[in-house]
Amino acid sequence: MSPASPRAGRRAGIALLRGAAVAVVLAWSLAPAIWQALTALKPDAQITHIPTIYLPHPPVWLHVAALWERKPFGLYLANSAWIAGWATLLCLAVAAPAAAALARMPGRGREGLLLALLVVSLFPPILLLFPLYEGVRALGWINHPLALVLPNAALNLPLAVWVLESALRGLPVELDEAARLDGLGPVRRLWRIHLPLALPALATTAVLVFIFCWNEFMLALTFMTRDPSKTVTAGIATVSGASLYEIPWGQLSAAIVIATLPLMVLVLLFQRGIVSGLTRGALKG
Amino acid sequence: MAEIRAREITKTFADGTCVLDRVSFHARPGRVLTLLGPSGCGKSTLLRIVAGLDHATSGTLELDGAPLDGVPAGKRGAGFVFQNYALYPHLTVAGNLSLALETQRVAREEIGSRVRETAELLGIGGLLHRRPAQLSGGQQQRVALGRALVRRPRFYLLDEPLSNLDALLRESMRAELKALFARVGATVIYVTHDQTEAMSLSDDLIVMRAGRVLQCGSPLEVYRRPADAFVATFVGSPRMTLWHGRREGPALACRGVRVPLPDGLGGPVEMSVGIRPEDAELSREPVDGAWPAERVVVEPLGASALVTVRVGEEEARVLTAPTPWPDDLWLRFPADRLHWYDAGTGARIEPVGDGAARA
Repeated sequence: MSPASPRAGRRAGIALLRGAAVAVVLAWSLAPAIWQALTALKPDAQITHIPTIYLPHPPVWLHVAALWERKPFGLYLANSAWIAGWATLLCLAVAAPAAAALARMPGRGREGLLLALLVVSLFPPILLLFPLYEGVRALGWINHPLALVLPNAALNLPLAVWVLESALRGLPVELDEAARLDGLGPVRRLWRIHLPLALPALATTAVLVFIFCWNEFMLALTFMTRDPSKTVTAGIATVSGASLYEIPWGQLSAAIVIATLPLMVLVLLFQRGIVSGLTRGALKG
Repeated sequence: MAEIRAREITKTFADGTCVLDRVSFHARPGRVLTLLGPSGCGKSTLLRIVAGLDHATSGTLELDGAPLDGVPAGKRGAGFVFQNYALYPHLTVAGNLSLALETQRVAREEIGSRVRETAELLGIGGLLHRRPAQLSGGQQQRVALGRALVRRPRFYLLDEPLSNLDALLRESMRAELKALFARVGATVIYVTHDQTEAMSLSDDLIVMRAGRVLQCGSPLEVYRRPADAFVATFVGSPRMTLWHGRREGPALACRGVRVPLPDGLGGPVEMSVGIRPEDAELSREPVDGAWPAERVVVEPLGASALVTVRVGEEEARVLTAPTPWPDDLWLRFPADRLHWYDAGTGARIEPVGDGAARA
């Protein structure tokens, strides 16, 4: 026992250090979120109390309840889900065929087009706000979901094309050729061969696009003027206190936590799907 | 049973490299045509052009007299087997086999029965619900064959189908393929770089190099009378011995050894002489026309031994009895077993009146 003990001791020390490092990183990244959640559960007096009160005692649900009483917060969430969902679907429906075509393009043309896509996505979205607003108003789409679905889908298109293109380019060309010989046209090749094989990438892209659409604020605030049409990000911005001079920290915190929860659930769910998709792939020929 | 004619197929890339130079062939109905050549000789490109996966720069292709230009790959009626199988990894064996039938809108009951029938024929009936990743190399190979067979194609194109299998499996699959081809009565174009495979499988053999056809004929014709010095050394195992030399009087002077020329043999000054290892003779005692030789290495092959001997500064391989050979022995080349080539062009030079009698 004794000859091995110095080494075992060192190993235990390293494990301890590693654990401590993980703990520090975790605390660093989770602290704001945890603080937000704690704030949401504190009565108003404890939020601003000095010295700081860390744990709410007792935890209260009044801020959460207030969100539903003063504002149609459930409707905000539903609007966000509806708009982000359709925007994601639309975005992928356009990006997938585009990515498949690009993936099988000869080098020069492909690189040029991909770069062009990247350049387009580099424009600050604020530049688009005014022309988009004019367009939306001319079409009479103010407060209509389409006013957000279409721009959201379009703005995320470069990202989706890039991710999907690199995944599809990795598929062996022989699979395309085998499918061609089996009589499959481009659409069926995409549907029966490419997309099933790129399912992990597809899921990742969908989650990313959905998150970006869910978090989109500027367009939502501009185009959605009526309360029942607002998305959750625009809704949170209009959460106000009883008077002009009161900032409702508790309600804001509650709103932010609730708005983040669906994304967390989504990522956790898809993470499982992504892992199982990866282990199922097995492209070795 | 289909027949395919290719005329003057040429393929040039944009940068000017020519991968196929006026290649013509005739794949006869119900026969196996093999395209044999070293890697990079254009044989796979030629196969892909026939399949419709690639386009020729010029030349014509005909299937049963009808031109194939502009007919898409899926409509040519080819059953193609890829070198790396290219099975659909997300589909089961049954799914891999049935995809082509589904796109042809074959009735569901018929798809089921044809898939089962094909799987039984190939001995993979029990694997229909597995995915490719769960199969061994040999089983994947059978699925790849099955995917071609199940469509009942007009002709088969196989691109080095056995090259990913281990030696033992390759040999048994080779025999199985031959039996299968005979049973289906199919027109087959088979691409390989393995001359043993080519010899054993084909009815017609085409030897290619650097985008050109060097020789075509039956495997035995090619073996007995290689039309080119490259073909001579490429076809046949163990390899033919080939010596280069200059004509000096009635003999070809090689390095340290003189090989008598047949009477009236034409050809240039620089020539090559070749002999197959099984045609050269070794003896312990001096015999008429034999050279004194020195044993270099003996490779026992079981039923025979491959002996490498040195004569002058040349070396020769001799396939002979697996008996212990002394260090010093005698090597003889029977005159009627020699192959003569132009050392510059590689073209065969036929002794007058001799070759025709033997062929």
